[in-house]
Amino acid sequence: MTTELPGSPTPERPAAQPADSAVAAGDVTALFERARGGDRRALGRLLTYTERGGPLADAVAVAAWPLAGAAHVVGMTGAPGVGKSTLTDRLAQVAAEDGRRVAILAVDPSSPLTGGAILGDRVRMGSAAAPGGPFVRSMASRGQSGGLALAALAAVRLLDATGHDLIIVETVGIGQVEVDIARTADTTIVAVSPGWGDAVQANKAGLLEMADIFVVNKADRAGAADARRDLEYMLDLGHGTGWRPPVALTVATTGEGADELFKHVQDHRHHLRTSSAGAERRTRHVAEEVRRHLHRWVDLLVAQPSQEAAQLFAEVAQGTLAPSAAARRLAGELPERDATADAGGDKPEV
Amino acid sequence: MTGPAVGTAGSQAERDPDRPEPVRVVLAKLGLDGHDRGLKVVARMLRDAGLEVIYLGLRQTTESILLAVEQEDADVIGLSIHNGGHLTLAPRMVEAVRAAGMDVPVVVGGIVPDMDLERLSEAGVFAVLGPGASATEVAEVVRAAAAARA
Repeated sequence: MTTELPGSPTPERPAAQPADSAVAAGDVTALFERARGGDRRALGRLLTYTERGGPLADAVAVAAWPLAGAAHVVGMTGAPGVGKSTLTDRLAQVAAEDGRRVAILAVDPSSPLTGGAILGDRVRMGSAAAPGGPFVRSMASRGQSGGLALAALAAVRLLDATGHDLIIVETVGIGQVEVDIARTADTTIVAVSPGWGDAVQANKAGLLEMADIFVVNKADRAGAADARRDLEYMLDLGHGTGWRPPVALTVATTGEGADELFKHVQDHRHHLRTSSAGAERRTRHVAEEVRRHLHRWVDLLVAQPSQEAAQLFAEVAQGTLAPSAAARRLAGELPERDATADAGGDKPEV
Repeated sequence: MTGPAVGTAGSQAERDPDRPEPVRVVLAKLGLDGHDRGLKVVARMLRDAGLEVIYLGLRQTTESILLAVEQEDADVIGLSIHNGGHLTLAPRMVEAVRAAGMDVPVVVGGIVPDMDLERLSEAGVFAVLGPGASATEVAEVVRAAAAARA
């Protein structure tokens, strides 16, 4: 390795995939076995494949799928700055003390302008720096829309298949994709902080509807009791059957309340296992994931149309075919039914 | 459960073909060195150049940096040093990377006297970025480091 002088970087822009071409698709099997044996580097590389998509990601997904399903997946979301990362770290610590093998997937937005990202969640995760700590992976959204949710789901499944039994997925609670990711968890935690809004805000904010557990973080600050009361008031007005989301008070910087939060996670897990809610939720999530994959194929079909599809598009452009009729013909294998009847059917009830 | 063919259908197709997979770089300061303003500026520069920065910040150890590099599958380590300890810290980082059997290049940023450049080079540091380095330069050096790993 030669040392470069600061003033003379290589002029041509190099490819951004070091050593990637050297890794044949067959190596996924070897890497996967290593990852299952606890090899962090192998797992790190497999997550890179998963993130990038394509044939290698498919190979990883196929390897992971039969072995996944044992982990409890916790989604942690909330507005920027409420303390999600610190809270995630605390929760991971408590869970680890309870004997769980914890992994954290921290999703952060990429810059839509440059594609770059600053992934700073690790700064708040002190336990991640310790050798026996959780496996932490930062994931940037990379300008993907539907793809991010799929990549995150695939990453979760990989972490699951490699022996992690509690997986915390942390996302910023802004943007539909981030919210979707949090929603596809077994247990969704929504974190707020004192002064975030009153009962009216609580009722109109869609983010809150998907919470299984609420956390009022920074509970040492003024207004924590008010925030809790507003949430409880909202819950009094109605919530999903069988499970009333508890409202925990935490001070993530000191760890106060983390035990209680973990207990709520355990309780919710127990609720899912002992009622029909768990199976229903999993069924819904799997259907949702298949729908996403289907969606991707449809996007692909439109972006790179086959000859037949291109012909249909041309007919629509000429005005000889209605767009809905073209879509119906492309979806030829679907049963005849009114597509609008299914709209809005993916609302969570639990 | 038997494994149906799950995959990330079309995930390549939706990517912007002109935008390559982002280089992932871990940025950190080793030991007791509280001057992180420069590192934050560099993080921003790299983000704006389209790189993914895994920011570790202050008071890291060679072990904590290596742990992050493994878990994040990072391409480059960016080490910021402003406490005059570069002749100790930078070679120690390079040594730790090698001892772990890894090939991740180490780029040093900060205040390094010209007379020390050669020693850092001999120690295996990929490049040194001083106070005068432009945003473009910083990004190109980190990209070159990532490419050199291949």
